[in-house]
Formats: sequence, C-alpha cells, structure tokens
Amino acid sequence: MTRVKKILNDPADIVSEVLDGIVRLAEDDLVRVAGARVLHRRRIPEGKVGLVVGGGAGHEPMYSAFVGEGLADASVSGAVFAAPPPDQILLATEAAHRGRGVLYVYGNYAGDNMNFDVAAELAAERGIETRTVRVADDIATADPAERRGIAGAFYQVKVAGFACATRDGLEDAARLVERCRDNLRSLGVAVRPGSLPETGELTFELGENEIEIGMGVHGERGVERRELMPADELVEEMVRRLLADLPFSRGDEIAVLIDNLGATTWAELMIVNRRMRQLLDEAGIRVRRTDVGAWMTSQEMAGFSLTFLRLDEELAAALDHPVRAPGFAQGGG
Amino acid sequence: MADRLDAGDVRERLLAVCRALQAARDELSAADREIGDGDHGVTMARGFAAAEEALRAAGPGLPGAQFRAVGMALMSHCGGAAGIVFGTLFLSMAREIRGDAIEAGDLCRGLRAALEAVARRGGAKPGDKTMLDALAPAAEAACGEPRKDIRRLLAEIAAAAGRGAEATREMLPRTGKAKTLGERALGHPDPGALSLTRIFEAFAGVDAGPRKQGASAAGATTGDREAPR
Repeated sequence: MTRVKKILNDPADIVSEVLDGIVRLAEDDLVRVAGARVLHRRRIPEGKVGLVVGGGAGHEPMYSAFVGEGLADASVSGAVFAAPPPDQILLATEAAHRGRGVLYVYGNYAGDNMNFDVAAELAAERGIETRTVRVADDIATADPAERRGIAGAFYQVKVAGFACATRDGLEDAARLVERCRDNLRSLGVAVRPGSLPETGELTFELGENEIEIGMGVHGERGVERRELMPADELVEEMVRRLLADLPFSRGDEIAVLIDNLGATTWAELMIVNRRMRQLLDEAGIRVRRTDVGAWMTSQEMAGFSLTFLRLDEELAAALDHPVRAPGFAQGGG
Repeated sequence: MADRLDAGDVRERLLAVCRALQAARDELSAADREIGDGDHGVTMARGFAAAEEALRAAGPGLPGAQFRAVGMALMSHCGGAAGIVFGTLFLSMAREIRGDAIEAGDLCRGLRAALEAVARRGGAKPGDKTMLDALAPAAEAACGEPRKDIRRLLAEIAAAAGRGAEATREMLPRTGKAKTLGERALGHPDPGALSLTRIFEAFAGVDAGPRKQGASAAGATTGDREAPR
C-alpha cells in the first residue's frame, strides 16, 4: 500500500504538536493544560455557562481550534480519529466550569458518546453539572438517532458559543443548541481518500473513476458509491437529498456551509456553489449567509460536504454574534 | 498446582497480552478498514503500549491490581470506543479478582461482570456485531464445569472467543462506525471481537502465530493445547 507523504516529525507527537501550534496563534487568549490534550481560554467570566467541545484529532481546525471568545471555553482532542479519553474530558470540564455547569458539544459517534458520558459521571461526582447536545447532522444515515456529526459542527458550536455566552443557565443554553441540532442537515461526498498520519495508509480505497456519497469524515464507508459525474449532477443529487430530509420548504431562510474535506480546490467549491444557489432559488429558499472553508477536515481527503441550517430569529442572531478563535473569527453582524 | 495462576504468572501473561496486541496492529487495522475507519490496530497498539509501561512501572503486585493497571492505561490511552470498552473489561475483572492468585471462579465472575458492564456502557447486545459476540461465549466457557485445569480453561476461553469472533462475519452491525454499512459489512469479522480473541489467546499462552486477516485460526483446535509454561 502506498504511504502518503506528509510534513511530520515523530508520528507519536502529531496531536501534541498540532495543539502547541494552535496555542501560538492566540497565546494571549489560549493556554494548553500541561501534558494534556486540552486547550482553554485564559479568561472565562465567572458565572458563565461553560462550553466544552471535542473529539478525535485529525479534523482540524474542528474541534480543537474553536476555543475563544464567543465559541468554546475549552476543547479536548483525542488521538487522530479517536475519541478523547474521560480523564482528558474531565480536565477540560474543570477548566471551563465557572459555577453554572458545562455544556458538551461533540459528534455523535459511539466512542465519543461513551467517553463523554463517563466524563459526565466523573464531573457529577465533583459537583459539576453537565448537559450534552451531540452534533448529528449527517443524513447519510437514515435513523436520525444514529446520525454522525460532520461539518454541521461549525454551526452547532457557533450557536453553542452564543448560547453559553448569553444565557443564564445550562438548561436554557442547551435548549437553543438543541434547536440548532434539530434544524441542521449535512451530506458529504468523497472523491479521493485521506490517510491515517500515524501509518501513512489510506483510510479507504476508491476506484479511479468512483466517488462515494455520504462518506464519513473518518473515511467510514458512505451509503452509495457512484461513477464520477459532472459537478452539476452531483450537486443536484446532494441538494435534492438535503431538501427532502428535514424537509426544507419554500420561504425557509437558511445558512449554508460548503466544507472542504481537505484537498478540494476553491475553484471546485465555487462550481458547487453556483449550481447549489440556482437550485435553492428554484426551491424558493433564501440563503442568509454562506460559509466556505476547510472547517471539518479528514486529512487530505478530497471532497466536500454541504450543510443547511434552517434559521429562525434567534439562530440567525447566534450566527451573527462576533467570535474570535484560532479556527474561526468574525466581527459583529 | 494447575488450578490457580499466581501473581508472577499473571504478570507474565498480561505482559504477553500487551506485546501481542502491539504486534497485531496491522492485522487489526486491516480488519477495521473493511468495516470501520481503519484505526483499530493503532488504537489498540497505543493502549497496550501504555498498559505495558504501566505494568512495568508498577512492578509486581496482586493480580487484581495488575488488571486494574492495564484497565486504567487502556481507558486513558486507547481513545475512541475501544478505550472505554477494553478498559471496562479489565477494570470489571480487576474488581472480581481479590486474592493473591487467579482461580477459575474469578475468571467466571470477572468475565460475567465485564460482559454486563460493557453491554451497559456501549448500549450493544450480543448479535450486534461487536466484541460482545466474542466476550459472551468466552464468559460462558469460563463458567462451564468446575475443577478444570486453569491453563486448559484459558485455552478454551480463547477458543470460544475465536469462534464468537468468527461468527460476527455473518452479523449485521447495529452500532459503531460500521452501522451505516448494513449488508456491506457481511463477510467481515468485527475488529473488536478479533482484538478480544487475541487478548485471550495471549493470556492463555496460545501462540496465535502469523495468520491471514480473520479469526479462523482461533478455531476449535486451540482448546486441546496446553499453555507453554
């Protein structure tokens, strides 16, 4: 099997070196817990509802670099593509707690669920109340309870950052984040595989002329493998599935995220955006904002995902709220 | 005496387990690429490298404490679902191993407790194509007829786990990252069930040897073999 070339030192140090690099982007605001895979804000207001985000490494900037004003108070990284262990999540929880409890936002995967659940039990033993709202936006899985969390995390973490910064209580904050989760839908497509940096091996194999719709961000197989098709046809297929799922309807106002899985060009994403907007116009759906970027990546996987978030006034205000983090920053809206 | 494993024997066997799971890295990752994200071998190798370090750092100790050291290391270092699942396995057993040696009754109670704890934590049942499908028959083998030579019993536990892992080929995944695959997962064993088999084989002193990907070599013949010690 071919080994993918990468700019690395000792593969065992990947996560640690990535976190140190992120901290140096915002050293006035961020600090790393010594010896741990936990980043947190230096100044977290007393009485604020805490927000901890996290998951396997290798999807940077999600989640580790989404710590900062208006976003998470702490992030916890696992090894590459593996959920963080409970003791590390607990460290992040303690770092974020300011007396009002802590909200967990992370992707809905068996490993993350188990590790965060154990951490929540450990936190409860220490008198820290927690609530959990998992990202579960990937419509590649039919059963909504079993849906994976992919690029929609970008909006869910953004809304959670707003909710935890502006709401007085944990319950109240969690409710708004749940509304975001319930109105959030994503679908991805993979064109070329990514690799596991520790071994240099590809996480899956895809034929010369094949693409996979619904591919997970860990390289889990998706739901449908197809012949490579023109961009317009692909976008039509994806938008059709997304609109039918919620379902979105005429008159809805949405935020759209076009997420680059790692190795897709901006040019391709604009070709996608062009056709997507034509289709949304035809469907009578208004796009309030579009975010384009490599937010939730899977190493050098080529492909992209589309995320639609149906907005109401509060969710729109949450997205407009200013944030400043190494992974994402925006001024007031 | 062949009806108990003393603390020194347990330590040697646990170290053998740590080495075996590090050596199985590529086999387990290859199995995981078929139905998961391909990192299971890396995850297990990382956890058992930490467990080996913890065992060596702690030095000789009571069997239960050694199982606990392995469980804690896995919980903190594997990451993913595997850390919780395999950490819970060793920690549950640690709670049932109270004396200065391991006897057949400890294995029975420990594996039953582990089965219950892992199922509760992961929300999976036997038949869902997970490591429980190897753990359940292993626990059953451990709780069979009493007064058995414990080394033979360990080999039978490993063989039962191996048959359980093999049977996962025909199961549809209902949890974990493989669940979206549905029928595409048929024909491939669950990587966690394979890992559990390698753990029991190494603990029993059964030489797994080089093998093709799959659990077929963990078949019935191992049950007749004595541990090499």
